[in-house]
Amino acid sequence: MLKQISVFVENKPGRLAAVTEKLNEVKTNIRAFTIAEAGDFGIIRMVVDKTQEAYEVLKKSGFTVSLTDVIAVEVEDRPGALYEIAKSLGDANVNIEYCYAFTSGKHKALIIMRVNDIEKAKAVLSKMDVLFKGSID
Amino acid sequence: MYWNPSIERMSQDDLRLIQERKLRALVRTVYDYSQFYRERFKAAGITPDDIKSLEDLSKLPFTKKSDLRDTYPFGMFAVPLSQVVRFHASSGTTGKPTVVGYTTNDINVWIESLCRGLVSCGVSNKDIVQIAYGYGLFTGGLGFHYAAEKIGAAVLPISAGNTQRQIELMRDLGSTVIACTPSYMLYLAEFAAKMGVDIASDTKLRVGIFGAEPWSEETRKRIEKKTGISAFDVYGTSELSGPLFTECLEKCGLHVWADHFLIEVVDPKTGEQLGEGEKGELVVTTLSKEALPLVRWRTGDLTYIEMEKCSCGRTHPRIMRILGRTDDMVIVRGINVFPSQVEHVLMRFPELGEHYMIILDRKEDGLDEMTVQVELSEKFKVDRISDIIELEKRVADELKSVLNVWAKVEVVNPGTLQRFEGKAKRVLDRRKI
Repeated sequence: MLKQISVFVENKPGRLAAVTEKLNEVKTNIRAFTIAEAGDFGIIRMVVDKTQEAYEVLKKSGFTVSLTDVIAVEVEDRPGALYEIAKSLGDANVNIEYCYAFTSGKHKALIIMRVNDIEKAKAVLSKMDVLFKGSID
Repeated sequence: MYWNPSIERMSQDDLRLIQERKLRALVRTVYDYSQFYRERFKAAGITPDDIKSLEDLSKLPFTKKSDLRDTYPFGMFAVPLSQVVRFHASSGTTGKPTVVGYTTNDINVWIESLCRGLVSCGVSNKDIVQIAYGYGLFTGGLGFHYAAEKIGAAVLPISAGNTQRQIELMRDLGSTVIACTPSYMLYLAEFAAKMGVDIASDTKLRVGIFGAEPWSEETRKRIEKKTGISAFDVYGTSELSGPLFTECLEKCGLHVWADHFLIEVVDPKTGEQLGEGEKGELVVTTLSKEALPLVRWRTGDLTYIEMEKCSCGRTHPRIMRILGRTDDMVIVRGINVFPSQVEHVLMRFPELGEHYMIILDRKEDGLDEMTVQVELSEKFKVDRISDIIELEKRVADELKSVLNVWAKVEVVNPGTLQRFEGKAKRVLDRRKI
């Protein structure tokens, strides 16, 4: 299980810069990142190496920021890999609320997911041996 | 505790006798010494002899802000300038500036009223009173200054603004009482938190006296919760002298000192007198003012009157929290909307912060559009888009049910909307009419 940082931002020039400026101040590296936008506003979601420091600095700077439990899934680089994961979760009636992917030299492709039932999802994914149990650094 | 116990607890019958005697004297004086009033009374077909009791009050014509503007600067004064010892002036944000003058006695009555109020909020000579209302032409600063000094409190005349200094001195000197606008208090609390100062635990502040703009009961709860102080409402306008009336420890309306001010509530449209408990525009007749006596002054403030004796022992009538101002009211798609109603709704949502703006636009098809921008609370946990959309919808639904007009709700980042040191201006009307 990973902690993801979510930040509410207005959809305006300079807002992403304001957030990342703060992360830079505490020398935090972003590992995975996505912006969900909905008209006037968006939510920046990210997994970083120094989660607590990043959370504190954003909070102190007055952002509406929260920590969310998400799970990471390792996906093999072959046709059908994502399908198998999605199908297993669907069959177990686990809803994926959102997800986004990233790769790095060290890891296989990783998908970050927020699900409605984290325990059940972990059981399903562990059985398939695709649940990422390491830490992001 | 009372400042002037024999007057503050006087029987209502005796107060009525004082009021009647003073009303007859007032009408006679303004008729004899003010050309403005003489002409007004003649136009209304009345002479001082027609006013015998308080029941005759409704025969007298109203005075209003436009009269002061039309006779600017001294047309409504009833004494020669040699008797005037001070001027204050309104900023003129809603029109031409207006000027008010005071005789020595006018100042004394003003300060006497506010002394009674301060003591009724539990302020005493042991307190340090930080006055963060503006000093100068605005009446807030000097009014509180002289009243707090008179009751023997130590005064910190810091005026409005310079927020960091406010917090440093509050902490270092141990201010126990603050007087400012409620919106400035919220800003002070927010600023203090950024400086690492918790007003509740790091300062000795225990009482706040807030006024000069309408504010809601929900805002009181928020201020009290954030800062650990007890918050009181104060009312007054520059035309009536300045800050005059406050809540007492019961917090159940503001005592209006009947030996100096005669109040009624009227229908803002028809001018007809309304009964106790009925909501309408506050109309005040000044019974003791000399330089600028006001007969049936339309304050533009909406409230209602409670005559019953207060549990605090004071017999003077109370006005309830100001619900809004007739000139703050905006008309959106033909429906009257008061900013205070919007505030009342917003403050019920713990997900939202204290700062908001109301923006009015007129679309190309001629329809008005109201947008309410409000800051999120820093405590709100947000991760899903639906968290925000659902919140905006709940707020919009609640606004619709209270205002009867639909408003678009936009939540924004904490700390991004404008902050106010003096009176807050929360309506931005961009309609070209």
